[in-house]
Amino acid sequence: MSENRVAPQIEFAGVSKRYSNTGMVLQGIDLTILKGEFVSVIGPSGCGKSTVLKLISGLTAPSAGAIRVDGMAPKDARETVSYIFQDATLLPWRPVEENVGLGLELEGASKARRHEKTAALLKFVGLEHVAKAYPRELSGGMKMRVSIARALATSPKLLLMDEPFGALDEMSRDRLNEEVLRLHAEQDWTGVFVTHSVEEAVFLSTRIVVLAPHPGRIHAIFAVDLPEPRTAALREEPVFGKMIAEVSHSLRNAMTQ
Amino acid sequence: MKQRMTTLANALGVFAALLLIWQLVLGIFHVPPYMLPSPAAVARAVGNRFPTLITSSAITAEESLGGLLASIIFGVVIALVFAQSRWIRRMLYPYTLLLQTVPIVAVAPLILMWVGSGIPAVTLIAFIISLAPIIANTTQGLISVDENLVQLFLMHSASPAQLLFKLRLPHAVPSLFVGIRIASGIAVIGAITGELYAGSSRVGQGGLGYSILYASSQLQTDYLFALVLAATVLGFSFFFLVMFLEWYFLHKWHESARAPETA
Repeated sequence: MSENRVAPQIEFAGVSKRYSNTGMVLQGIDLTILKGEFVSVIGPSGCGKSTVLKLISGLTAPSAGAIRVDGMAPKDARETVSYIFQDATLLPWRPVEENVGLGLELEGASKARRHEKTAALLKFVGLEHVAKAYPRELSGGMKMRVSIARALATSPKLLLMDEPFGALDEMSRDRLNEEVLRLHAEQDWTGVFVTHSVEEAVFLSTRIVVLAPHPGRIHAIFAVDLPEPRTAALREEPVFGKMIAEVSHSLRNAMTQ
Repeated sequence: MKQRMTTLANALGVFAALLLIWQLVLGIFHVPPYMLPSPAAVARAVGNRFPTLITSSAITAEESLGGLLASIIFGVVIALVFAQSRWIRRMLYPYTLLLQTVPIVAVAPLILMWVGSGIPAVTLIAFIISLAPIIANTTQGLISVDENLVQLFLMHSASPAQLLFKLRLPHAVPSLFVGIRIASGIAVIGAITGELYAGSSRVGQGGLGYSILYASSQLQTDYLFALVLAATVLGFSFFFLVMFLEWYFLHKWHESARAPETA
């Protein structure tokens, strides 16, 4: 992984985004995210956090500046990108395994391959026992796990996460954070994670980007230099609390600026 | 289960009370039988006319079912067109309201003039009257898909056909069933209303509406009551058929289809 980190996965050069109805959402964003990084984007509401992800995925185009993903235009890189939303956004009429296989199915993978990949991933996220269940029968945390498995099924090089655990209780959120860390350590992808929880950002990230609102712009970037592998025990370490305090302070400044 | 038995017992109790009041009214006010026959007379009429009642019900059922199936097919196709753009909806949606508000009683004679009397004309009337709820509900289902899901499909380079068949259509099925439930009731009403005008191409062989006209012209009030009873049974059968299909297709994944007895 370490030799990979030299190559850029995402490059923002002077990117601005203006919507006709809400005006300037992002202004002058310059940011390079290296391969294998896990970068959290944090900021008050209205700072364009989600727009950052939409720009990377090519679902929306910048009004000014340029974005490269893996050296390509975002739209061309889509095949290597997966998206996880705040809601699990599962298809309720499909059993869990068919939800996990959705991306592969849309991309035309064979049934055998889908089955193999789906089974492996469900095992990976500890849900092999509910493969045949329908989403309705699952708890919020389990649904989110299915959503993560679905995103990983297409073997993405880049995983975009838009406040994926915002709707969960703290226990499930902590557990899923540990799971995401484990997945990131074992697999080879770059993560961009939008959240408004400082603690979550510190726990997960190699770097944290703090955005200031109106219009959204980069206020500060923190390198999170905490020991790896990170486990639940890290949450009780003084360095962890110190880092949170530092980022929170910066976030408060970003808001009042 | 126990609760269902209680519900059933209550319903039967109300029914018995109604019969009692009916009989009492007859006794106290000395109502002549051609105005209001006794419950026993109605029961006799049902017994005596049973084969005719079945034939009439079958004809009406055929017309309502034909009209309903046609409105499901056309309704879904029209909804698919409507779902394409807001602009199309704005332009065409008022006309589906027109479908719903035009008094079918006034249109029926026109249809007769164009199609001729008989089963096809009545089926057409049942179709026209039951089309609007199918269009409205299915369109709503097709366009109310979570925007994130559409994005997810686009992220995996889904084709327009995949978006339609793997996302929008399955998502619209529960709404389609809401539409069918409403439409099934009014299709029967439409068929009976249509028969009042269109009647039958063969003498003595018509649906419930036709027989109702015949019975009332002959002052056979007991038969008339029996026909009303048959029409009610037919309407109920349609309703339960649709409920069953809804349960069958949706109970695995959709909340609304969990418990049909409470719907």
